[in-house]
Amino acid sequence: MNTYSTDQSSYPRADVDPPSGKLFPHKHLLGIWGLDPTAIKHLLDVADGYVDLNRQPVKSAPTCAGLTQINLFFENSTRTLMSFEIAGKRLGLDTISMATGNSSIKKGETMLDTAATLNAMHPDVLVMRHGDSGAVKLLAEKMDCAVINAGDGRAEHPTQALLDALTIRRRKGSIHGQTIVISGDVAHSRVARSNIYLLNAMGARVRLVAPPTLLPADIDRLGVEVFHRMEDGLAGADVVMMLRLQSERMNGAFLPSLREYYHFWGLTREKLKAAKEDVLVMHPGPMNRGVEIASDVADDLDRSAIEEQVEMGVAVRMACIDILTRDLRQKDTAEVRV
Amino acid sequence: MKTAYTNARIIDPATDHDAVGTLMVEGNLIEGYGADIDTSAATETIDCKGRILCPGFIDMRAHAVDAASALAGGITTIILQPDQTTIIDSDAVVERIRHRSVGSQIVSVYPMGAATQGMQGKQIAEIGQMQQSGAVAFTDCNQAVSDAQVMRRLLEYAGHFDALVVQYAENAELGAGTIAHEGEVATRLGLASTPSAAEAMQIDQDTRLADLTGARLHFALISSKEGVEAVRAAKARGSRVTCSTAPHYLHLNDNAVEGYRTFAKVRPPFRSEEDRLALIEAIADGTIDTLVSDHSPKSADVKRLPFAQAASGIVGFETLLALSLSQVHAGKVDLMTMLKALTINPARLLGLPTGTLAAGSFADFVIFDPGKPWRIETETLISGAKNTPFDTLPVQGQVWQTIADGVRVFERS
Repeated sequence: MNTYSTDQSSYPRADVDPPSGKLFPHKHLLGIWGLDPTAIKHLLDVADGYVDLNRQPVKSAPTCAGLTQINLFFENSTRTLMSFEIAGKRLGLDTISMATGNSSIKKGETMLDTAATLNAMHPDVLVMRHGDSGAVKLLAEKMDCAVINAGDGRAEHPTQALLDALTIRRRKGSIHGQTIVISGDVAHSRVARSNIYLLNAMGARVRLVAPPTLLPADIDRLGVEVFHRMEDGLAGADVVMMLRLQSERMNGAFLPSLREYYHFWGLTREKLKAAKEDVLVMHPGPMNRGVEIASDVADDLDRSAIEEQVEMGVAVRMACIDILTRDLRQKDTAEVRV
Repeated sequence: MKTAYTNARIIDPATDHDAVGTLMVEGNLIEGYGADIDTSAATETIDCKGRILCPGFIDMRAHAVDAASALAGGITTIILQPDQTTIIDSDAVVERIRHRSVGSQIVSVYPMGAATQGMQGKQIAEIGQMQQSGAVAFTDCNQAVSDAQVMRRLLEYAGHFDALVVQYAENAELGAGTIAHEGEVATRLGLASTPSAAEAMQIDQDTRLADLTGARLHFALISSKEGVEAVRAAKARGSRVTCSTAPHYLHLNDNAVEGYRTFAKVRPPFRSEEDRLALIEAIADGTIDTLVSDHSPKSADVKRLPFAQAASGIVGFETLLALSLSQVHAGKVDLMTMLKALTINPARLLGLPTGTLAAGSFADFVIFDPGKPWRIETETLISGAKNTPFDTLPVQGQVWQTIADGVRVFERS
């Protein structure tokens, strides 16, 4: 009997069961760049399980009880920070959140000194957000524990890309073969970059739609199709992800005005007609209603997955924390037995 | 007291001389060189064993004196940039630096003065008095004098003193806040980036002003193909324009910043592979006149930071020769052209009495083994700073002895 699946849509066996025997052979989650499809699929599979758990009345699965999680945010955040904190707590970790406002960063301490200080307190998971690209990677080099990137500069926001992927997979059945449009301020967006890497790795067709001022140089070399007209980019799309437009980009430096941006690039019912009937509308939040997205599109129960994305966020973050601490927990129990 | 340096391959780029022979030094001056020099009067004879003997290198762009490191790299003349703790924008500061240099007797230090007061790009600095005190050129160092009106008047005024103006070639608006070359790597890493066009635009604008005023103009660090083309075009129409680059731009492209390596953070940034190749070609055909180290020692404290916050610059003295020679070994640039860019070309641009082995000139020269293989290792660098992206790189060509003012100031055992 042939025990291997002949279904073309499933992954070949070598991918599912990698030679190293580890489905996620990384110490940290610093970005999607460099993750293979197996690792991504594994993260999504585990997260899928946590979605079910999160819908139970009792949501705790204290598999990580006794471990410590520090959320270190050098940049303002509400939803990501909350999401990580809830994820940690549901897994039974002791979570501590620190925002720059009450840290010694303002007293002139360098980031690496802060890292050394935190490292000495022996956390097991460090979740970090920073305004500079590459900052989380730099810090991870100094930490003994698992580090999760919660967004660094314009570079990466891996958990956002994973939660977007989980949302798409659950709604559409698979990511492979979907035509996915990312629209908005790609130039300054870490969400866009992480999503491009992830969706490409999983076999989606990725399109970008934005005015030229909001697209970085040579972005097409990352394996995307670039459009400037919304109607062209949306034609036949299965999914459309809108990006948040920062207010400081709107006053003439990158765009003439809000009014003009909404006119050409705001997602409205009218423009959405070019996409497939069952197009899925997504947004990483927080939304600017009437700027990048019309309210009736954002609130469309059939097509908008915006609230679902937030729900998936907790599950994905639980999966990341769970997977990155698995070795640690196994090692600990082994040591206790001895 | 006379010293004979025998059995040396003597290269004097000032006269295109390249032959094996003997060089005779009396006191701190070169007495002469040739194949049939009488060495009987010599009190000391050094057998160079076929190594190359050429004038000491003149580094037209250094941000620190770091003398021991310079001498180990065969550099006997340093042109200090004005971006010191006290900005070199007055004759008093110039004099202090010159005085210290003359007394030290090891490495000659000539300051470049600021082109504008406080390097602010607004008012012309005291060029005449600084020149009298020993400043050899005028520059705002890491930033372009961007205002065309200020630049025009600066060139006109400097032209009166026949002073060389050195411009950092980057359009200020396009370059503001950028830390990388615009392209795929910067896009993927999420780094604010500047296009090569920013360099070419500044060159185009300023060469027009040089034509208008008839003044001499030098561009500090050319990094792009577009920049090279702009200089080449200006030279072709007869502008009095020259330019430099640093050997690290011949070695690395923007892939070097992959993984947010701050040791590869330089200004201007490493650009594309196409740009790198264009720079090598421009050295070979003489479009680029001089090679500089852009020596910029930085401590780990200011390098071990997120890429955007980290300091720019690399230590370049000790790797200047080997990195330059690698293009010679690769057959891309001939040895004489390369050595001209390190000796006589900067000497002529700046009006210095060095850069030649002519009889009667100061005995500033270097003896090096062009083929000797070695490995660049940060731990063995003489410079206290270790900020080089070339750690562990195997290279060929090493300084054996450096002689400054007739004195052997560096010798590798």
